[in-house]
Amino acid sequence: MPLWETIGIWLGAFLTLCIFSFLYKDNPFYKLAEHIFVGISAGYWATLEYHNVFRPNLWDPLTREGRLLLIVPFIMGLLLFSRFTKRFSWLSRWPMALIIGIYAGITIVGYGSGDLILQIHANLLPLWTDNWLTSLNNILLTVGVITGLIYFFFSKEHKGALGAGARIGIWFLMISFGASFGYTVMSRMSLLIGRVYFLLGTWLRLLE
Amino acid sequence: MEKLERLDRRIIFIFIFLSIAIPLLLPVNLDFSVTPPVQSFYDAIEELPAGSKVLVSCDYDPGSMPELFPMNVAVFYHLMSRDLKVITIQLWATGTLLAELAMAEVLEDFPDKEYGKDWVNLGFKEGREVVMVSMGTNIPKTFPSDSRGNKVEDLPIMQGVNTYDDIALFMNVSGGLPGTKEWVLQVQSRYHVKLGSGCTAVSAPEFYPYVQSGQLVGLLGGMKGAAEYEKLVQRPGTAQRGMDAQSVSHIVVFLFILIGNIAYFSVKGAKKRLKASR
Repeated sequence: MPLWETIGIWLGAFLTLCIFSFLYKDNPFYKLAEHIFVGISAGYWATLEYHNVFRPNLWDPLTREGRLLLIVPFIMGLLLFSRFTKRFSWLSRWPMALIIGIYAGITIVGYGSGDLILQIHANLLPLWTDNWLTSLNNILLTVGVITGLIYFFFSKEHKGALGAGARIGIWFLMISFGASFGYTVMSRMSLLIGRVYFLLGTWLRLLE
Repeated sequence: MEKLERLDRRIIFIFIFLSIAIPLLLPVNLDFSVTPPVQSFYDAIEELPAGSKVLVSCDYDPGSMPELFPMNVAVFYHLMSRDLKVITIQLWATGTLLAELAMAEVLEDFPDKEYGKDWVNLGFKEGREVVMVSMGTNIPKTFPSDSRGNKVEDLPIMQGVNTYDDIALFMNVSGGLPGTKEWVLQVQSRYHVKLGSGCTAVSAPEFYPYVQSGQLVGLLGGMKGAAEYEKLVQRPGTAQRGMDAQSVSHIVVFLFILIGNIAYFSVKGAKKRLKASR
């Protein structure tokens, strides 16, 4: 194994242990690792944005290819920095308005067709099929959707039939929260497994 | 019981650490089944004729590597073993290196595969959903060069690839935003492409409705999904290795929740009885 790789592994192991030391209590080693991470991340992102975004998308086409129209986004980009001064901060609203407008336009179309229409369509299921398990699934899904919607219907007090529906809706919501929490535990354990795997396997070489 | 209620959290940390370290050191290889969303993504790749082009967007970072990297490797391996052409892009800057690492691991099993002919990395592009929509109009214009600086028109794999219509299947390895949700909303629902997803376990419940609606052809959720895929492609990796630790640590978490609840209700009951006796 090359020397630089060995140094990298030892450094990685040291910083991992520094971060884990927070589980005992806050300490200077944890702070050191935290500050190194924040500093390197900021430097990495700044360099990356410069080389991958600013130069190929704006600077090079503008200066080498003479695409003068790019002066407009260049100026718009510069106006974002006007937020640093109280006097000229209002100028940053123009590029912000452009960004929000374009982004909203793009996402509304996607949400409308992908999340609203197609999801409603996917919930229009037959309640009785040849397979009793599919029927049960479809009935549960339909009841869950309707009662969930009832729970979020606030224009009328949740009393009587509406109240009963809302209470059933809460049960469906609770079950879905439980499933989400279970997945969250699984995800966090996976991350810990990854680090322990690195410490025991890559660093200490205790795993085959 | 009151002692249990005030249990030092560091004791829980030690138990969790041991529940992960011991199964990694002494694996018993607990068996697990392949779930339908994973199987259906595998089948979607199996159905593709050799030579078809598959676009894999690796949108994640080292923070979610334990969950997503194994599935990235397994999917690349499957695509290469089926003689499919892999075009990879990244909408996360940190994904570029991870995609290269995953492919390097797979290429050890396929030394004859050539860059530019059998696979290409078009690299990172800033712009999130704007990039997705732009690719729908013109892929070479959105990615005029690959991650190594080659012009895409000079690459044999990119010949005939202009829009999403020229791609047989899409796979998104998703660590967050932009990720699977954006691929579904901006690409699948607009262009009606075949899209599969590999995501972190945290976000999996959000994406299961897309499998049910048919917007996703398959879903690999977290390390478990990655392990299932490794099992399907018969290439054991770190995800399968982590399944024992995953199972044991879940049992420990479950036991602590149980103990915590027993302690809570016991103390509450005892206080109630004490109050009643006074």
